Amino acid sequence: MLPVSHYIYLSLALFIIGVIGVLTRRNVIIILMSIELILNAVNINLMAFSRMWGSVDGQIFAIFIITDAAAEAAVGLGIIIAFFRNRPTVLADEMDLLKW
Amino acid sequence: MPFGIEFDDIRQYIAPVIYALVIVAVLPLMAGYIVLLERKVMAHMQARMGPMRVGPHGLLQPIADAVKLLLKEDITPKNADALMFWLAPLLSVTMALLAYAALPFGPAFQIADLDVGLLFILAISSLGIYGIVLGGWASNSHYSLLGALRSAAQLVSYETAAGLALVSGLLLGGTLSMKGLVEAQDSQGVWFIFVAPFSFFIYLIASIAETNRAPFDLPEAESELVAGYMTEYSGFRWSLYFLAEYANMIVVSGIAVTLFLGGWMRPLSGVHAHIFGLPYELLDLLPALIFFGLAAWCTKLALRQGEQIQKMVMFLFVGLFVVLGAAMAWSLTSTSLMPGIHGAFWFIVKVLVYLYGFLWFRFTFPRYRFDQLMKLGWQFLIPLALVNLVMIGIGIVLAQQFLWPLSLAMIAANVVTLIVAFWLVRQGDKPSIVVLPAEDELPAAGPGEIR
Amino acid sequence: MMLDSILFYFFAALAVGSAILMVTRRNAVHSAVFLISTLLAIAGIFLQLQAEFLFVVQIILYVGGIMVLFVFVIMLVNLDVAVRQMKFNRQSWVAGLLALVLGGLAVVVYRSGGGAFNLMGAPATTMPPNAEQVGTVLFQKYFLPFEIASILLLVAMIGAVVMAKRKI
Repeated sequence: MLPVSHYIYLSLALFIIGVIGVLTRRNVIIILMSIELILNAVNINLMAFSRMWGSVDGQIFAIFIITDAAAEAAVGLGIIIAFFRNRPTVLADEMDLLKW
Repeated sequence: MPFGIEFDDIRQYIAPVIYALVIVAVLPLMAGYIVLLERKVMAHMQARMGPMRVGPHGLLQPIADAVKLLLKEDITPKNADALMFWLAPLLSVTMALLAYAALPFGPAFQIADLDVGLLFILAISSLGIYGIVLGGWASNSHYSLLGALRSAAQLVSYETAAGLALVSGLLLGGTLSMKGLVEAQDSQGVWFIFVAPFSFFIYLIASIAETNRAPFDLPEAESELVAGYMTEYSGFRWSLYFLAEYANMIVVSGIAVTLFLGGWMRPLSGVHAHIFGLPYELLDLLPALIFFGLAAWCTKLALRQGEQIQKMVMFLFVGLFVVLGAAMAWSLTSTSLMPGIHGAFWFIVKVLVYLYGFLWFRFTFPRYRFDQLMKLGWQFLIPLALVNLVMIGIGIVLAQQFLWPLSLAMIAANVVTLIVAFWLVRQGDKPSIVVLPAEDELPAAGPGEIR
Repeated sequence: MMLDSILFYFFAALAVGSAILMVTRRNAVHSAVFLISTLLAIAGIFLQLQAEFLFVVQIILYVGGIMVLFVFVIMLVNLDVAVRQMKFNRQSWVAGLLALVLGGLAVVVYRSGGGAFNLMGAPATTMPPNAEQVGTVLFQKYFLPFEIASILLLVAMIGAVVMAKRKI
């Protein structure tokens, strides 16, 4: 196996790309997708450490994170659809009903 | 050995590559002949002759079709999303072919025996949906997009039922490896279809829906959607979709055969009968006899052909069957080759029987309406699959922990499932309210006009 | 070992490259396709870490499940106008800069204090076939979290159904 640092740097790169996506994009769906990317970056770390210690506990955490991502995607996309019915936009900064 | 190549290296690395090449080379041909079979079976069920002109009894029709498809113009619509339009059929066919990596065609003919083989095949076949959805979206046409969305909804609904049906097979086998599953059926001495008939039944229906075959072919229903997601495709890329569809049919048949029909095992593999003092078992002679019988039948047909050239082509097929029969007979004499070659033969025969079921359904049942399809999936198959899974689990616990005989436990489990199935059917007969989407909720068409 | 690092660098480059494309594409469907490619590359890294069960779970759940949902929703809410509008919001350059600073900070912290974490190279031993192992650990050691996760999924399911209702 390669040194764990390789995996940490890869995971960091993906995490930062995800954060940039969340902070800069206007399309809500792409923001949600960037969040998925962040979760995956975390998963890489968990898997690398799981391999390093030779135990599967890290993989179990990764499974829980994937479960969480599934729940989040279902509810998040449901909210987007519900919102889209009321106002035909998917841009985050046009969703300003609570702003005045 | 020269170049430092050891025999083990060949077995480990070279043999899988050769198998993969053989599969990639043979599969399009096989798909073509399945199409021919389909047309012939359809024709005979409708009291027609089917293709008769290209080759005797249409035997060269697949080759003519392939040449025609490859020579046709490959059109990309003006407003299509070029990248996705190009990528989608490739995705479809790649995912269909990747699944063959874990299918065991025989004890020896398997590219890779993965520890998670069955899950791998499930994962790969769940990716095929992208080929359809992206292709439908990229064409920038309403028919394509509607077909793609229908297909996505259908696949997602039926994958659940199929997955649950397969899990009960896994419980019985106790392993995820495809090879291990066949060996489990061998050692338990029973095909899992007899232990878990409902799982097989659910998987049969779900697999037809997953491959978008009639009566569940709504994504490409020609009377409603022209050709669904394939409407804008032509020429080579259309033929890729076509190949993917038939490759997927073979994959789902392969899964069903491996999991429920005993994989490469001979039917009645526990029965040992000898006649005429021959050293070979009676049923092991069957493959050779089948091929020789086919050869004799083809000879009879050949003699009836009027044209000289048709006669020659038919005799080529006679020669092919004789060679195959001789190979089957010859492999009987070699104990090392016999299991591999006969295993592959039986596997392919079972796959063809399953595929025949597909064709039979197509010509027998009218197409479902979309709400009926969803209702069947969510209100009948998934609940039934869940109950079946729990019952199989209880049966296994009864057999293993409480030392009931396996047959008794499984009969009890399946009777409960049967009662639930009847109950579900009765519930389904009650009329339900259909809610149609409002006009303004129909999806937008494709990537839009701005490129 | 050579093959191992080639695989890692290939999948890592694929993952990072398609992640960057995912964030910068204008069209949401293209973004989704590049995210799928990133997820597949990450699955490849799982395989390279000898976690074949997670490899399959990643493909079945993420690529075959969650991303299908995304693509489906993108197609339902696909707006021709959205393609013409600005991709990034007004404070994007501040946000991007801050994110890069955060990344740089993480690298600095890791490089200067990485020794404190006791990061080993890794055992040379290969992991045993792990579908069975994951199952055993999941249903024994982590049984309660497993149940809680199932309740989370139930709540999410109810939430999605409620959201999909015509009138909220």
